[in-house]
Amino acid sequence: MTPERVGGLPTKRLEGLGGWGRFPTSDNVAVRPEKFRQLQPVGASSLARGMGRSYGDAALNSEGTLVLTERLDRLLEFDPESGVLRAEAGATLADVLAAMVPRGWFVPVTPGTKFCSLGGCLAADVHGKNHHRDGTFSAHVAAAEVVLANGERVVCSPDDGSELFWATAGGMGLTGIVSEVALRLTPIETATMRVRHTVARDLDETIGLLTDPAHDARYTVAWLDCLASGARLGRGVYMAGEHARPEELPLRIEDPLRLAPKRPKPFPFDLPGWALNPVTIRAFNAVYNWVQGRRREFLCPYEAFFYPLDGIHGWNRMYGKRGFVQYQYVLPTATARQGTKEILELLSRERKASFLAVLKRFGPEGPGFLSFPMEGLTLALDIPFSEGLERFLDGLDEIVVAHGGRVYLAKDSRMSAQTFRAGYPRLGEFLEVKAAVDPEGRFGSDLSRRLGIGR
Amino acid sequence: MTRGPVLILGATSGIARWVAVALGQRGHSLWLAGRDREELERLAQDVSLRTGAVATAVPFDAMDMDGHEAFFADLVSRAGIVEGVVLAFGYLGEQERGERDWREARAILDQNFTAAASVLLVAARYLEERGQGWVCALSSVAGDRGRMSNYLYGSAKAGLSTFLQGLRSRLQKSGVHVLTVKPGPVDTGMTFGLPKLPLLAPPERVADDIVRAIDRRKDVLYTPRPWALIMAVFRAVPERIFKKTRL
Repeated sequence: MTPERVGGLPTKRLEGLGGWGRFPTSDNVAVRPEKFRQLQPVGASSLARGMGRSYGDAALNSEGTLVLTERLDRLLEFDPESGVLRAEAGATLADVLAAMVPRGWFVPVTPGTKFCSLGGCLAADVHGKNHHRDGTFSAHVAAAEVVLANGERVVCSPDDGSELFWATAGGMGLTGIVSEVALRLTPIETATMRVRHTVARDLDETIGLLTDPAHDARYTVAWLDCLASGARLGRGVYMAGEHARPEELPLRIEDPLRLAPKRPKPFPFDLPGWALNPVTIRAFNAVYNWVQGRRREFLCPYEAFFYPLDGIHGWNRMYGKRGFVQYQYVLPTATARQGTKEILELLSRERKASFLAVLKRFGPEGPGFLSFPMEGLTLALDIPFSEGLERFLDGLDEIVVAHGGRVYLAKDSRMSAQTFRAGYPRLGEFLEVKAAVDPEGRFGSDLSRRLGIGR
Repeated sequence: MTRGPVLILGATSGIARWVAVALGQRGHSLWLAGRDREELERLAQDVSLRTGAVATAVPFDAMDMDGHEAFFADLVSRAGIVEGVVLAFGYLGEQERGERDWREARAILDQNFTAAASVLLVAARYLEERGQGWVCALSSVAGDRGRMSNYLYGSAKAGLSTFLQGLRSRLQKSGVHVLTVKPGPVDTGMTFGLPKLPLLAPPERVADDIVRAIDRRKDVLYTPRPWALIMAVFRAVPERIFKKTRL
């Protein structure tokens, strides 16, 4: 009983595969190269898949083959002078942090999970709580190696003037397979964060805290209670963090760069679909608001600050088998306040509760053709799957498009090609590069076919 | 406990990589031996960066049995001493092809048994003379009972397990410990895409079990743990019944 082979590699059927949101799912066929030189496009349509942490259909390719990069995750070279770490693209931020934090280096940009691959971080051009200061992931990539459709390996970088880099950063894997990434790390003195929480009573206060230089910090974000309405609409907790300095730590800590090891606990089972409803989420929000709002200034391990949910493996099971939908949009500064107000009113009115409603101010837009961030405000929501949700989200799309904003591809599973085109005006430039490096359309995904980016 | 140099034979195998990382974290320097130069170099860089240990790639061809003696002597002269030897090379092969094509059958038998015995005999002489150290060899649960679906691989691993029993007995007089590892199916390149494998274990977890068993000077390790029980049941089934199964 030997498996079928594609491109010399055994294949595996992955039935009902989804993204992290477990919606939508499709049947996929995958290969998993174990040697670096085996990392090649296979068959008529390929797509690299790393840790599968994008939420929707970005890492699915039901009409072709997935190339799993999880075994090509080796850390290759570190230069303490420049702080540049070169690694295979299947390596995760968790791998980098485990090896480099004890040496005094941190990842320059991180999303809300460390279990994502470097290749995935570049392909989605991810952002973190420091976007307003440090930009997206690609702003810290010194160079990337990409395996193109013809099998050629090309090193591209922001400096070499090639458009391949800016098509690959945010390009959702559609230009080729990212095989190696050279990432410029950030020096730190401790593994601890100094965090300040401030309660905001309404949307104006929340936005005020996010934009006021007096309250600014390297890492800022606001958690919103999106069931609050009326005068309290947009109330929340503003969270600002800095890497702590050694003299700010208690004296008993021996090595400021080491944290006590903690094993993630698995989420034990799929919660039934009804377990999360407006009543339980309202209760959660009230408790969360009270607990977090009472904390003013405190120290905490970087893991608790950046990755509160990574402590529970498979937390997406909380939403049950039907999964959930992540929705994240950004609106430009000029319309951000008005548009966000309209969206929060709609959420509150339709009682579409969300555990994690996170508001963040973005800094200037980067050069990636399909990169998500633009200067303004971004709101991320996760909403348990329910009847009528699609229509509701179409309504959100309309508000976002009307205000000149866009929706994040790494979290999307359902927007229309029309909404996508309206939000990403540099699509034409992206498609030109794609046509040049992938003329036969050998790289595609369920997302690219849905949005008309590629076959 | 001393943390001397460890030689890993077949270091690019899925389990060996994480054994190397776990040993590096314990402070051993590592000599990573195998055929694939490019992969070994990448692996050595990775192990060094993840663990801070010194890791060096060395070319080694398990099937060049006439060269084992010189390979080992050369390694000892470069490393100074060798504290432990991990044998991790092996070849699953294709049972059905092996039944038709002797070259495939022979490759399975030689890579899993003959070559392993050859290099272990060389290493054993060195460790015996030194009077300390350890050997850890990856056999398989497949060697515990012959099955129609993989008796070529299984019989070679059975040979290896029996060889290790004898070697353990011989070397214990010199203070050298021998660990036989019998992993169940592990999620590596060897098993990717094979249909319906029960309890497929992640290689990191198996590697952690292995390194803990080395520390504790265990004789035989089934990993993951349930395989000890499963194989005890398997071995107890009378042959006249077992032969009729389609396993």
